[in-house]
Amino acid sequence: MSEKEIIPELVRKRRSPFVDVMMRLAKSPLAMFGLAIIFVLVFCAIFAELISPYSPIKQDLMHMFETPSAEHWLGTDEFGRDILSRLIYGARVSLQVGFIAVGIALVTGGMLGAVSGYYSGKLDNIIMRVMDVLLSIPQTLLAIAIVAALGPSLMNLMIAVGISAVPTYARIVRGSVLSIRSMEFIEAARAAGSSDLRIILKHIIPNSMAPIIVQSTLGVASAILNAAGLSFIGLGIQPPNPEWGAMLSGGRQYIRDYPHMTLYPGLAIMLTILALNFLGDGLRDALDPKLKR
Amino acid sequence: MDNMLDIRNLTIHYEVESGTVHAVEGLNLTLGRGESLGFVGETGAGKTTTALGIMRLIPNPPGKIKSGEIIFDGENLLDKSEAEMRKIRGEKIAMIFQDPMTSLNPVMTVDKQIAEMISLHKKVTKSEALKLAGDMLELVGIRRERMHDYPHQFSGGMKQRVVIAIALACDPELLIADEPTTALDVTIQAQVLELMKELKQKFSASMILITHDLGIVAEICDKVAIMYAGRVVEYADKRSLYSHPIHPYTRGLFRSVPDIDEDVDELPVIPGLMPDPVNLPSGCAFHPRCSMATEECAKVRPEMQEAEPGHFAACPFCVKKFMNGEAL
Amino acid sequence: MLKYILRRIIMLIPVLLGVAFCVFTLLYFTPGDPARMVLGDLATDEAIKEFRDKEGLNDPFLVQFGNYIWKAVAHGDIGRSYSSKRPVMQEILTAFPYTLKLSAFAMIIAIIIGIPCGIISAIKQYSWFDTITMIFAMIGLSMPVFWLGLLLILFFAVRLRWLPSSGFSTFKAMILPSVALAAQSISMVTRMTRSSMLEVIRADYIRTARAKGQKESIVIGVHALRNALIPVVTLCGLQFGQLLSGAILTESIFAVPGVGRLMVNAIMSRDYPMVQGGVLFIAVTFSIVNLLVDLLYAYIDPRIKAELK
Repeated sequence: MSEKEIIPELVRKRRSPFVDVMMRLAKSPLAMFGLAIIFVLVFCAIFAELISPYSPIKQDLMHMFETPSAEHWLGTDEFGRDILSRLIYGARVSLQVGFIAVGIALVTGGMLGAVSGYYSGKLDNIIMRVMDVLLSIPQTLLAIAIVAALGPSLMNLMIAVGISAVPTYARIVRGSVLSIRSMEFIEAARAAGSSDLRIILKHIIPNSMAPIIVQSTLGVASAILNAAGLSFIGLGIQPPNPEWGAMLSGGRQYIRDYPHMTLYPGLAIMLTILALNFLGDGLRDALDPKLKR
Repeated sequence: MDNMLDIRNLTIHYEVESGTVHAVEGLNLTLGRGESLGFVGETGAGKTTTALGIMRLIPNPPGKIKSGEIIFDGENLLDKSEAEMRKIRGEKIAMIFQDPMTSLNPVMTVDKQIAEMISLHKKVTKSEALKLAGDMLELVGIRRERMHDYPHQFSGGMKQRVVIAIALACDPELLIADEPTTALDVTIQAQVLELMKELKQKFSASMILITHDLGIVAEICDKVAIMYAGRVVEYADKRSLYSHPIHPYTRGLFRSVPDIDEDVDELPVIPGLMPDPVNLPSGCAFHPRCSMATEECAKVRPEMQEAEPGHFAACPFCVKKFMNGEAL
Repeated sequence: MLKYILRRIIMLIPVLLGVAFCVFTLLYFTPGDPARMVLGDLATDEAIKEFRDKEGLNDPFLVQFGNYIWKAVAHGDIGRSYSSKRPVMQEILTAFPYTLKLSAFAMIIAIIIGIPCGIISAIKQYSWFDTITMIFAMIGLSMPVFWLGLLLILFFAVRLRWLPSSGFSTFKAMILPSVALAAQSISMVTRMTRSSMLEVIRADYIRTARAKGQKESIVIGVHALRNALIPVVTLCGLQFGQLLSGAILTESIFAVPGVGRLMVNAIMSRDYPMVQGGVLFIAVTFSIVNLLVDLLYAYIDPRIKAELK
């Protein structure tokens, strides 16, 4: 008897899968750390008006370039705006971009992938060739090209980042649909006279959830990162709206004398991405215990 | 008797999340020179773990040899350094693994994989080693021209032949074969078994054949050890074990083998399941499934007793009955 | 093998046509009249009309696309920059060596650091080295390249004054941009090597090698590594594409005169032929790199090589 044979025997326990996953997730300190930060960010995004000490866009020319102090915990920028307040409002923008972009990518890519995987044949071929075309343009570059064409705005930023991620989701969903489709319980459902739509909605989608959940969590991270990058080069949110990438870009020219202006927005981006990545990794391990040994 | 291998009180545990797996628990076993021993038990009884223990290849973590002695050629393998063990592995003790599909390195040609074994233990040049590798391939019935092929270019049975060629390449004293035919098609199984039988003679090696197939044991082995939940419960030469098994578990095993001459509607099975190796039952590990179990069985762990010369069983109750000539 | 390469190259053609079509369409429907962009706001209506006729801007969409492709394939002509008036191809070819060098350096750094770290992490799974490496890898993965770039400038150029903060002409100047760009790839390569290695060292053939009495260093270094690197090679190919587009941000931070900076400037000045050409060029490069990786893949994995025969 080898260890491989014993361990699955022991892992099997009688609990609902959801509770099981959550229990395993709770055991990972890094995933919990990530989750905690995400909660804080969501809280900031929702209650930005209540918790931020100053207005994010009000200029105060008496207090320009101030380093962190009791009044301005993270200092002020070149227009005397409070950096902490801008970061808090910035969370709203970043999360919005992250979730909506992933939403766009997930719905579009997921549908394309599901249809492609389920019907296979010609339709599958066409869809996947189009995805190949999109995949042969690096994601950031595709997003840049789309924003460049549409013009910079919050909405266009979300669309661009979202569309550039569509092929990733299409592939994942198609892959899991293909593997599930050939399983016997799908045959059984079909034999029982279920319609295609019913099979897709009731059987295939729930069973391909695990990789999609993981990819979406990580996807929000890369969407936020991409969006911040686009804003950094001036293709995203336009001033004076508070956005982390744009703040970085703004502080960049003062980096020699006032590094705090670039330090904190960058830290905010990094912590957010880090939190989402930790959570995504934790979810992957929790959803697929076989992978973690 | 000149014992080549003498395992005393071997205990191997795996530490996993849900507790300690008692894979091998106080196992005793001896093997004489030139003998072949059939090592029989259900999946999960601890057969492979024992074999890996002899090779000192228990994956650690999670596995650990907790106690015991493995005396091979008069020396305790558990006292050997890793460097000393490396000399023994392959040269003195070789192993054939269960799944030929995954036992060969997919990115290395088979001649190189055999030659690796030869170069490690014999003082030969690289080209000599490759030539010897070709000889070994021919010996196991694979044409020499195929020596530069990769494992994926062979069928399952052919791969197992390659694995056998690797194991025998340095003329080992002891060959441990871990279910060498389980992963193969039935028709191929017979061929591979035939080959092993033939080569065992030729190389005059001792052999431990791990299997759950009593038929294979009958064909190849001299001695049989029956393993249950990490311990040997019965040990005898083949003839006496097959003619009159003593331990209730062994008898259960034999009853569940179909007999061609007999026309039965249903094969009797041993009720219940293998115990959870994390929580082994107290006393005799088999007592929850045993129809003859008494209160005593749940309390005291039975020791091996000799029922007739060379025939041991770990069930005092049955041994007594047997010696009194009562029916079992 | 040759047949396979040829087939792969032929398969590349429709994909690249697709990319060209996407980019062309995207920018065709962008608001703004190209003639106006080139000639400026002061140009007369006649001049604009003449320009449109001459450049074929009044032709149907598909004809314009066909012409674009024809010129690109036959003459390597992918238009003229609105702002510099020079051929786009020429501009890109001047800038490309910088981008290629930057990406290649970053890739080399990622491989040199990532693979050994991944291997050690896997062998010493759950050790302190593993834990720390994995946390650092995660931080590297989460680090925006533009922020890391700025931090490096702040620390090594502004504070310590060890390295220049911009340019790409000397070896010293190349260090900061390459490291900044490499950070994410180092993390990716480390993580991939580790997980691939973890899977491989539990494989049966590794046990076989040990059972032969082989030394642990060779078991890991030869038997395990060669198998574990197969997925890492694929990742490196994909990473190279990421690096090429990551270079866009890195170049603008460190003022490296590469394709990335060219494109950012082009986007800012709405120089569409330039944007179009740049995207197309990077996509072609990316596709070629992926093709090379697939060929390398076939070389190191005999199972795939056999399928090709």
